[in-house]
Amino acid sequence: MTQLKKQVASTLPANISLDWLRSAYSHMVLIRAFDKKVVALQRTGQMRTYPSCLGQEAIGVGIGLALQDNDVFVPYYRDQATLFLRGVSLTQIMQVWGGDERGHLFEGAARRDLPLCIPIATQMTHAAGVAIALKSRAEHQACLVTCGDGATSKGDFSEALNLAGLWQLPMVCVINNNQWAISVPLHKQTACQTLAQKAVAAGMEGVQIDGNDVAEVYQAVDRALTKARQGKGPTLIEAVSYRLSDHTTADDATRYRDLEQVNNAWEREPVKRLQSLLHAHQGWSPEQENALLESVRKQVDDAVTAYLSIPPQPADEFLKYQFAEMTTPLALQISWQHERFPEHETSDSNGVQKS
Amino acid sequence: MSVTRAVNSGLSDINTVHEITMVEAVTLALRRAMTEDPTVVVLGEDVATNGGVFRATENLKTEFGFKRVLDTPLAESMIAGISIGMATHGMRPVAEIQFMGFIFAAMEQIVCHAARMRNRTRGRLHCPLVIRAPFGGGIGAPEHHSESTEALFAHIPGLRVVIPSSPVRAYGLLLSAIRNPDPVLFLEPKRIYRIVRQRVVDSGKGLPLDTCFTLRQGDDITLISWGAMMHETLQAATQLQQRGVNADVIDVATISPLDMTTIVRSVRHTGRCVIVQEAARSGGIASEISARVAEEAMPWLQSPVQRVTGFDTPMPYPRHEHYYLPTAADIVRACERTLGVI
Ligand SMILES: Cc1ncc(C[n+]2csc(CCOP(=O)(O)OP(=O)(O)O)c2C)c(N)n1
Ligand SMILES: [Mg+2]
Repeated sequence: MTQLKKQVASTLPANISLDWLRSAYSHMVLIRAFDKKVVALQRTGQMRTYPSCLGQEAIGVGIGLALQDNDVFVPYYRDQATLFLRGVSLTQIMQVWGGDERGHLFEGAARRDLPLCIPIATQMTHAAGVAIALKSRAEHQACLVTCGDGATSKGDFSEALNLAGLWQLPMVCVINNNQWAISVPLHKQTACQTLAQKAVAAGMEGVQIDGNDVAEVYQAVDRALTKARQGKGPTLIEAVSYRLSDHTTADDATRYRDLEQVNNAWEREPVKRLQSLLHAHQGWSPEQENALLESVRKQVDDAVTAYLSIPPQPADEFLKYQFAEMTTPLALQISWQHERFPEHETSDSNGVQKS
Repeated sequence: MSVTRAVNSGLSDINTVHEITMVEAVTLALRRAMTEDPTVVVLGEDVATNGGVFRATENLKTEFGFKRVLDTPLAESMIAGISIGMATHGMRPVAEIQFMGFIFAAMEQIVCHAARMRNRTRGRLHCPLVIRAPFGGGIGAPEHHSESTEALFAHIPGLRVVIPSSPVRAYGLLLSAIRNPDPVLFLEPKRIYRIVRQRVVDSGKGLPLDTCFTLRQGDDITLISWGAMMHETLQAATQLQQRGVNADVIDVATISPLDMTTIVRSVRHTGRCVIVQEAARSGGIASEISARVAEEAMPWLQSPVQRVTGFDTPMPYPRHEHYYLPTAADIVRACERTLGVI
């Protein structure tokens, strides 16, 4: 496994401007503040089980900045940062994790993106299918899919890569290698030396990158997307990072991993690291930091206020999206809901048939 | 009282009585089975070091070692497939699928191999494995963590599907499932993992599979359920009793194969039948029981069978799941319809 660079690179990455870095930094700081807030909401009973992305902000932001609007993003569940950069609001991300399907009403660049995927690795083959569709229309776009390190053990992962290699699909897969799949460390997941090498058997390019270096993530993903858009085939990118949080708010990582390892990982965490790089190049002042923190706090607070003020759906709403047309059994079940929750304002009885 | 201390004292005190939750009863049964039979092996995602995400396999790795408690890579088809291989060759794997919503990748192995190994080899090989999976809604878990899809599996010939509804039955039924020479899907209603404590005697005694349990006797109406919904069903029975209606309450426990003897005997006696399931309405176990009651007890029925069920949709995300789950009030209303009071 690659050791992540301990030291801050003293030189700026090639072809990356200070402005770009400042912008990436602002996104990462926002996502970190947001993530912290959502965990806090969960602790006070205002949020359901939530998978923090603490420590992996560079991956999500790097991907989000590399994707173009007409590419398609196929997320897993730890993709808050990329979703946000695709135009999904912080409020909507909270809605999804607060247990409300309406959070999936994606707009902006995300309007054609798939919803968050919880059954591990199943999204991999969807991405291959999306890539087939893009390719069939000769639309010079690419599909980008993410997954965790644990996901690489699933058949779906290998099946999707095999096909993407075989059919030279315009697909990019980024593995968020945060070293853990709940309590299972990577060395108990696979005997492979790297996850990137899983690309070899699929006949595609595989690269391992430092997932805590946002510029490196951006450049690797951008290169792979350009290649895919040009019809030059798929790429597997292993972004090495570390899950600094518990697996989700329902997990307690102290049961299975040493604090020492976590503390070491904090030394290399991506936000601080980028901040040091900016400082080293006189690209960031305390005033800028304060202004950023202030604007981030406001953005997060506004999103939380909006989230908390969304009323629940009427009791019959979940019955209305099952098929394009209302079916007789479901129409009957809607009428039962009206009896069960008479005090509720029910949504308009669109499509409800009398039985 | 200290449950952990009592549990850790192990086999020496054979008849120790523990006041434990259902999930602790699962652990107790696993420990008992592993102690009495060295071929029993526990495997799955996060079951060893972490003791399972619900702690059902807590401490087993410490007690029995990593050769008998295996953290597997993340792959359900593999977990089911290796369990089949192990089971055909002298081991008794007890595999955990972390949530029932993630069992589908394993379905091919379960349906195409585990459930038919005995039949297709004409008894030369068999498949004594147990797959445990927590299931059902009501704990506010994320998408795919809350469905009740037991009927999909009950439809598979050759597969036993067993669902406990209390600590005592979890202990006794799991022991019998592990000792059974055929594959058993053991579904654990996670909403009631910790809601009640019961005295469980660690006697090593199993409870019978393929047998319903009558939890309450009454002459007026038969209430049938299984799993977490047993609790709402019993609440409904209590409310009915306060109004002078005495319910016979049956916990189906093994939903496949079904013990229709107990059910039919009760329905013939009461003449009224309400079946309660958390699962989606169509094509469920309630439908199967209802059909069998129609076949075997129709002349005794004084009013149509009623089903109280979930809806024909996925379980809503947690904010709205209470809209989906049947309640004791729903059950009472169905009973009122059956009794002709509304
Ligand atoms: C098919 C399937 N099996 C099990 C689970 C339960 N589960 C949720 S996350 C997880 C670990 C995933 O680890 P990894 O792929 O490394 O992603 P990470 O959560 O670390 O980002 C497991 C086992 C699931 N969601 N889907
Ligand atoms: Mg991981």
